[in-house]
Amino acid sequence: MTGSDVDDFNIRDYLREDLFPHFLCPGCGHGIALRAMLWAVYELAIPNDKLAIVSGIGCAGRLGAYIDANTFHVTHGRPLAFATGLALSRPDLKVMVITGDGDCLAIGGNHVIHTCRRNLDMTCIMLNNEVYGMTGGQASPTTSATRYTTTTPTGSIEPVFDACALATAAGAGLVGREVTMQTPSLKNLIREAIEYPGFSFVEVISDCTEIFGRKNDLGDSPEMMLSQKAGMKPDSYGTGNDAPFRPNTLETGVLARNDRPEYGAAYRRHIDAVQQRRA
Amino acid sequence: MSASKQLDNLQGNHACALAAIAAGCRFYAGYPITPSSEIAERMALELPRVGGVFIQMEDEIASMGAILGASLGGAKVMTATSGPGFSLKQENIGYAAGAEIPCVIVNVMRGGPSTGMPTRPAQGDLMQARWGTHGDHAAIVLVPASVPEVYSETIRAFALSEALRVPVIILIDEVIGHLVETVEIPEASDVSLIERKWADCPADDFVPYGETDDMVPAMARPGDGYRAHTTGLTHSEDGFPTQVPEEVERSQRRILGKLHHHESTVQSFDAVDCDDAEIVIMTVGISARAAAWAVKEAREKGIKAGLFRPITLWPFPEDAFLAAAAHAQAVIVPEMNAGQLVLEAERLINGRAPVTGINRIDGEPISPAEVLERIEELARIEEVA
Repeated sequence: MTGSDVDDFNIRDYLREDLFPHFLCPGCGHGIALRAMLWAVYELAIPNDKLAIVSGIGCAGRLGAYIDANTFHVTHGRPLAFATGLALSRPDLKVMVITGDGDCLAIGGNHVIHTCRRNLDMTCIMLNNEVYGMTGGQASPTTSATRYTTTTPTGSIEPVFDACALATAAGAGLVGREVTMQTPSLKNLIREAIEYPGFSFVEVISDCTEIFGRKNDLGDSPEMMLSQKAGMKPDSYGTGNDAPFRPNTLETGVLARNDRPEYGAAYRRHIDAVQQRRA
Repeated sequence: MSASKQLDNLQGNHACALAAIAAGCRFYAGYPITPSSEIAERMALELPRVGGVFIQMEDEIASMGAILGASLGGAKVMTATSGPGFSLKQENIGYAAGAEIPCVIVNVMRGGPSTGMPTRPAQGDLMQARWGTHGDHAAIVLVPASVPEVYSETIRAFALSEALRVPVIILIDEVIGHLVETVEIPEASDVSLIERKWADCPADDFVPYGETDDMVPAMARPGDGYRAHTTGLTHSEDGFPTQVPEEVERSQRRILGKLHHHESTVQSFDAVDCDDAEIVIMTVGISARAAAWAVKEAREKGIKAGLFRPITLWPFPEDAFLAAAAHAQAVIVPEMNAGQLVLEAERLINGRAPVTGINRIDGEPISPAEVLERIEELARIEEVA
């Protein structure tokens, strides 16, 4: 049953409840992101059997296993590469990638750039919690300046990556960002991303309460969520040499549209043309 | 010659590509690297003609990831590379071994390590092919020694990979990769296409990694209603992660044991003049071509020489080699590396006869004369003894 009323949406219809209790820490924002994602899937009436989730390594990557769909938990940083093969060979599937800031932007950085460039029809949800949570709290490419992690014991001095600017520059069809605090907006953004006929990239600002928040005195989950919009503007934003690369405020919603031919359809047209020439 | 026979003069790399198409490969992802690039180029030309997908990925790792994604979707898949690229693919090859995803990986070997000699031949990856990825794992490695054999072994690689859900690696040296020989192209109806065992039971009864008589569980095709989970984490029968020692042990034992269970299908070798051979040469690929000539010459001179050539290099055909070397008073292992295959010979011969290598690491193939010279040298020593 489909509908847009939140009362009709039961997340349990989309979860493998026999795997519960789940592994997420209390207060972790990833569960909210998962809820928003499945809510969008529900509204679009995508059948579980046709939904393929490819995820990488890390806390974000582990979410895939809880979804009652075709789920593929692959190697660190490579979910976009696996998803490219899957989506190209099976255009009948709705392919979604769940990845984290480390998985996506550090070890998987090259794949992000080229997946954006190709514009193959799939949706990438990158959960940004500023930290490698699964491995115990090391700095990631999105760890804000001055933040403490186990590998930045005196505070991070590296500039952060703006994933949405990267995806936009590399040509992703649709790019957007939202915070977990605004769950209905996040759902709407993910829904728009799934519907987009091309590669869509959604950055979700999530919070890691246990490992990152505690170490940086950011408060409990409610405090971290309430400060999402204001707090995600570290000193490095808008100052110094990286000024042109950074927004002065953390923009949310659909940030860029880059309408170009979708790769899979273009390739299938290429196949048709080749076969017609030979016929 | 019957009229229906189709003979083509093909380069080894092109033979590999055409055989892959004949075997049903419909997805190829790759990255340019000498001396393997002709495989990608030919696949880019051929795949659209048969409705398949060719994609040049951003790097070697992505190429390996993409073919695994396509294989999980149900396609027969291949990628090709050379030494340095093969190293980059190793993590995902481990994933394929652990999650039991059919795939064929071709490594056209060149001089190494590192950039080495991209246009010169070597056989430096015999051990990388066996042990390159992390952890204990099952993988099959095939080493053809001629262009016709590249064709037939590529078809066999797909058959083994699909039937056993195991990554199959084809090692070609640069000489065979670029050598042009005449290949008899089989009729499409003569190519036995092995299809993967797909789950067809009711979804509730499906056990993704359950015990089966042949130790190879059926695979769930996405969209067929099974909604299975695939992970690189050690998993129990249901496919979900486990760290329960008994479940881990059972899963690992099955994956490692399935090649042994199918030993007769997996193994392939060529033994020439070995029945009474006192000097046995064991080698693979282009080095075996040199050795074959040397053995023939030695026999004409009255020296009892024989050639044992593993075609399936890993798992190594241990019993067949020991049978071939039953009367050996000396074993020679020519290889274009500093000594890799010789270790396997030493392990199996176990001191019963001297084992020596002929090693070239200068980017040149081993010549037939070099092998014959060693055979004659050893024959003289035996006579004196």
